[in-house]
Amino acid sequence: MSTAFRVLFAPGFFASSPVHVALAIGGIAALVSGIVGTFTVLRGQSYSGHALADLSVTGGSASFLAGISPLWGFAGTGVLAAGIMDMIGIRRPRGRDLATGIVRGAGLGLAALFLYWGTTSTSTTGAAITILFGSMFTISSGVVPLAAAFGLPALAVIAVLYRPLLLSSVSADLAAARGVSVRLAGLACLIAIALAVSLAAMTVGAILSTALLVGPAAIALRLTSTPGRATLMAALIAVAATWVGIVLAYDSFTWPPSHDGWPVSFFIVALIFLGFLAAQLAGRSRRAAAW
Amino acid sequence: MAATMTSSDHTGQVLAVDGVSVRLAGRPILDDVSFTVGPGEFVGLIGANGAGKTTLLRVILGLQPATAGSVSIVGRPAAHGRGLVGYVPQKIHLDPDMPVRARDLVGLGLDGHRLGIPVPSRRRRELVAEMLDAVDASRFADQRVGNLSGGEQQRVMIAHALISKPRLLLLDEPLANLDIRSAQEIISLLAKITSQQQVSVLISAHEMNPLLPVTDRIVYLAAGRAASGTTSEVIREDVLSRLYGYHVDVLNVHGRVLVVAHAGEGFEILAGDQAAAQSAHPDHLPAGTQQ
Repeated sequence: MSTAFRVLFAPGFFASSPVHVALAIGGIAALVSGIVGTFTVLRGQSYSGHALADLSVTGGSASFLAGISPLWGFAGTGVLAAGIMDMIGIRRPRGRDLATGIVRGAGLGLAALFLYWGTTSTSTTGAAITILFGSMFTISSGVVPLAAAFGLPALAVIAVLYRPLLLSSVSADLAAARGVSVRLAGLACLIAIALAVSLAAMTVGAILSTALLVGPAAIALRLTSTPGRATLMAALIAVAATWVGIVLAYDSFTWPPSHDGWPVSFFIVALIFLGFLAAQLAGRSRRAAAW
Repeated sequence: MAATMTSSDHTGQVLAVDGVSVRLAGRPILDDVSFTVGPGEFVGLIGANGAGKTTLLRVILGLQPATAGSVSIVGRPAAHGRGLVGYVPQKIHLDPDMPVRARDLVGLGLDGHRLGIPVPSRRRRELVAEMLDAVDASRFADQRVGNLSGGEQQRVMIAHALISKPRLLLLDEPLANLDIRSAQEIISLLAKITSQQQVSVLISAHEMNPLLPVTDRIVYLAAGRAASGTTSEVIREDVLSRLYGYHVDVLNVHGRVLVVAHAGEGFEILAGDQAAAQSAHPDHLPAGTQQ
């Protein structure tokens, strides 16, 4: 038992403060991503989530240049982009595709510029890797309260608009006929998605952030048939994948090829992907089951 | 039926549409449409695809502003009558991946517009179960709505619309895409349940024949204008010819009513049911009988 424990948790895991910070930030990000992600998938807004993730690269790289936590940039550009996407017309399906495409292209162009400046001024590729793929063990502990401050409003949006969002994802007309302001609810949800993506970007990097947003939700939607259970299950799966990923990444410092650790992002995303495959198989064996 | 009227309605009507005109992008969609629906009345809104049925229902729901005219629901302006109207929108695509069971969707009919996370209560559960039972949907109550057949989905949508005990039920083409048997079942279910709940019904259809046995009155829409009254008052050559603006014939074929216009050398079925339209279409006449 204690041998197994030592194999799983490499020496120094529980005493390491970068690990504590990673567990805290990862836990917050996973909780928010799982819950908001369920509504992202439910509402068919995964593509918007992807665009917001790409755009967070812009803010993240700008923050790096400015010398502040990338979380500010991730969240700032995300929320701004959510507003612009709503203005251009995210409510109509075709308008939505165009709106996201245009905003995404412009943002990524800026990101290319910022990352280039970042790389040439510091003559290191570290910035690009940190922004794009995350670097959880290097986050300063001061970011934890900031992550909580960005996570809470996102969770609040889902809690307050739970039923209107659910109803309008079944049918916007149905919701509007009951007096729901579909546009306002949609904008609030998009901002929540932007905040969740920015937290996920801190955890697994901007490029992989949608994996944490959409993956656990996709697994949960295959395993359960009620919105409430799907939301809770997605949150649990996201937190579990993140924490197990952190444990494995810490263990990997003793692994080949170079004994300096594999990226946390790899483990988290791989765990989510394996979970999805397992859920797919389980779902096939009891399709349309009531649970 | 007059005995069921409440003292609060000024006009005594559940729905009063008065001189409603709608222009969209400069094009007239509805032109001075007036009619009323009394307490407990079952009224068919008949018209070809594109006649303006959906636009009219959206005006009544307060989702589409009228260019001229007014709508009142139990004596109140449409925008304030929302809580009194149940709505079954035109065929909506329900995704099987959506974790929403029949039971959940009916529950959203009760409180889908409310803010906050729903508190599970025995009263709410019982109301939902009763409503599911009333539309004979209990046996698929725990299945995802996306996995149900068209007829089953309509039952769930009707339960969703009726659970809040509205005074008026609006249904937009609920029989479209249903096979004849399911359509008959939905109609008799509607006739039964709405007379039990004493709710007035306005149901739109492009095929009037399945509806005629249960409707008290019909509103016939053509070229944006409306004629209303009992079937024998409206489905007449003089009335409909005036409405269309050119001569039409009303034929009675094996107990089914067809409205037919002369078009060049052939003729066109303007209203009737699909089966009759099929067999009466010149292309379907036996070879050699065509001119």
